[in-house]
Amino acid sequence: MSSVAARLTSFVQALRANALRVGPAETVDAAQVLAVLGLADRERLREGLAAALLRAHGQRSVFDATFDLYFPSRVGEPEVAQRREELTVEELREQLAAALAAGDSAAMAQLAALAVGALGAFGQAPDAPGTPGAGGWSAHQTLDRLRPQILLARVLAALREGRGGARPSELTERIEPDEIRRRIEAFRTLVATEARRRSAELRGTDEIARRAVAPSVEQIDFLFAGREQLAELRRAVRPLSRKLATRLAAHRRRAARGRIDVRRTVRRSLGTGGVPLRPAYRRRRPQRPELVLLCDVSSSVAGFSDFTMLLVQALREEFSRVRVFAFVNRIDEVTELLGPGGGDPGELARRILAEATVLGYHPYSDYGSALGEFLERYREAVGPRSSVLILGDARNNNRDPNLPALRQLARQSRRVHWLNPEPPASWSTGDSAALAYAGVVAMHPCRNARQLGELITRLLPL
Amino acid sequence: MDEQRETGFFDSVEEVSDRLAEVGYLASTAVATTVFLADRLGKPLLVEGPAGVGKTELAKAVAAVAGARLVRLQCYEGVDESRALYEWNHAKQLLRITAGREESWEQARTDIFGEEFLLPRPLLTAIRGSEPTVLLIDETDKADVEVEGLLLEVLSDFQVTVPELGTITAERRPFVLLTSNASRELSEALRRRCLFLHLDFPDPELEVRIVRSRVPGLDQVLAESVVAAVGALRAMELRKAPSVAETIDWARTLLALGADTLDDAVVRRSLGVILKHQEDLRRAAEKLTLV
Repeated sequence: MSSVAARLTSFVQALRANALRVGPAETVDAAQVLAVLGLADRERLREGLAAALLRAHGQRSVFDATFDLYFPSRVGEPEVAQRREELTVEELREQLAAALAAGDSAAMAQLAALAVGALGAFGQAPDAPGTPGAGGWSAHQTLDRLRPQILLARVLAALREGRGGARPSELTERIEPDEIRRRIEAFRTLVATEARRRSAELRGTDEIARRAVAPSVEQIDFLFAGREQLAELRRAVRPLSRKLATRLAAHRRRAARGRIDVRRTVRRSLGTGGVPLRPAYRRRRPQRPELVLLCDVSSSVAGFSDFTMLLVQALREEFSRVRVFAFVNRIDEVTELLGPGGGDPGELARRILAEATVLGYHPYSDYGSALGEFLERYREAVGPRSSVLILGDARNNNRDPNLPALRQLARQSRRVHWLNPEPPASWSTGDSAALAYAGVVAMHPCRNARQLGELITRLLPL
Repeated sequence: MDEQRETGFFDSVEEVSDRLAEVGYLASTAVATTVFLADRLGKPLLVEGPAGVGKTELAKAVAAVAGARLVRLQCYEGVDESRALYEWNHAKQLLRITAGREESWEQARTDIFGEEFLLPRPLLTAIRGSEPTVLLIDETDKADVEVEGLLLEVLSDFQVTVPELGTITAERRPFVLLTSNASRELSEALRRRCLFLHLDFPDPELEVRIVRSRVPGLDQVLAESVVAAVGALRAMELRKAPSVAETIDWARTLLALGADTLDDAVVRRSLGVILKHQEDLRRAAEKLTLV
């Protein structure tokens, strides 16, 4: 039992190293779970430990990856791999196509193990366990050689054959490809898990857990987010905006209890013999917060602007007046594009580039001229009641930063905040004019969804 | 394990899934395991997930299986101690005081703060009874933060303190299930006292089984294509993804329409059953190229 206890504590420590907050109380719970469930059924143990150790769903992917490392389903090469002779890539593909068509997840897991064994080894022959250094198992290499994505047509053909003569409805035929793509995506994850597991055997679990487990969505850096992670981030936005809405509503409710209106209280007290039983409060004039956003949509901050656009789209429902402007080196209003029925959020960035005038004669960002043009064309959009948010990395390609324009903007509006997707350490390195701008307006680093959520709730006018 | 802590409804994980299936709730491994653990460890179970995946249904199923009474506290904005815990029956107390004019204050005071004048609300009800109880605290995220503080005492020690009466401790621990739609982040303190279960849409195979158990007239092939179509809709970015309840509704509709395959005309006519926003309908029609 003590070895299990040790394993559990190092598992918990690995979770902590990945920024999951797991306290001793949770660890005790997890130990009780272990005692109740035993080690016999791995999937049940996974769910049980997740119930005891996790507190939010966003942490699940980190948990799963770490769990696979510390409670592996097997040690060494899987039996299937030992049984078979070397499989060729073509044979693997054949079997994988069959498994994908059937949606057989057990077979897919086995094939993932086989594929990593056959195609994923790199460096020194990994048959000498315990020797660190060169050699290991690479998911990337496996997938690069196997290329499961090319199987789509084959799987679809197999499905059609499997149905025999019976023609399915057209609709089923149309949604099938997407379903198969999702299964292929699931297979990729399986390969990654298997490669991590084998590398862990080679290098020691703790070492791999520190480096190879992907961070949870909220902590993904906007600028380095991949396609898949962006999709995941997009799903995270929706609850974020709703949380924001509840918070804003709560704040407004509190604001409704204000200072006592003496005149109306005295007036009202006449009905109760001069005793002010029901105090009257001074009515606050409902504020109509106005929000003006200036978004850099150049390719260097693509992940960031794509994401903020989505948040803005959600915010529109909460704020009476939001105007959104996009720029690269020229600026144009895109409020209309973000309106209801604006189409697929993922396409927004592309549509903005296509339908709005954000580019001049060259494709590089120029904050100076964009700010100048904003004041020229849309000066009336910013008044004493409006808050301005500027979103961008302030990489000005060594052009004139046009500080007077920003000063003018700051004077004219209630406040200006600048959200920068780069860490403060790299502000004003290279062609960034961030520090120059930071001298004029408040600049905040905003690198991941968590920071963005915090900043938005803190900065938004109420 | 401390014998008094567990609620003692189940003996094994298999038993949980088997017995839940008997009352028509098909549970995944995750659900069966966490329900078993919550029962065994005597800890409250916090269930989070999108609307319509069967969070409330789970509590009802557990109550039905265990033959326990279901006590439900529906949370809403502004729910407070007097709605959740207990309240003194002021009107009755006044009547009692006026009825006994002649007696001394001492007598009256000990009398009017007795059990007779206490109106138990769900939390107190769940703790006081000696029969097996399932306590469902629904939509916990809708309640204000102050209510969470109230829940802490109840959920960690299963006791309620009424200043005039003393502390009431549960004779028998209720099986507690909290649900949340995550519209507000629940406090860390509350989360720490609970086991956590994220209930998501079921995988296709399980959903086909659910649909077929609820709509018995539907044949396997059509159920599969319905579930596949709903899966495709969930993968889109819609304002409101179709829930399990809506899949079932759709299956019923198709049955009523007498459809035997899922063709464009049928889908176009019945898409309103699963999508509730005009914008979603438009987007889905566009993506599925229903022209």
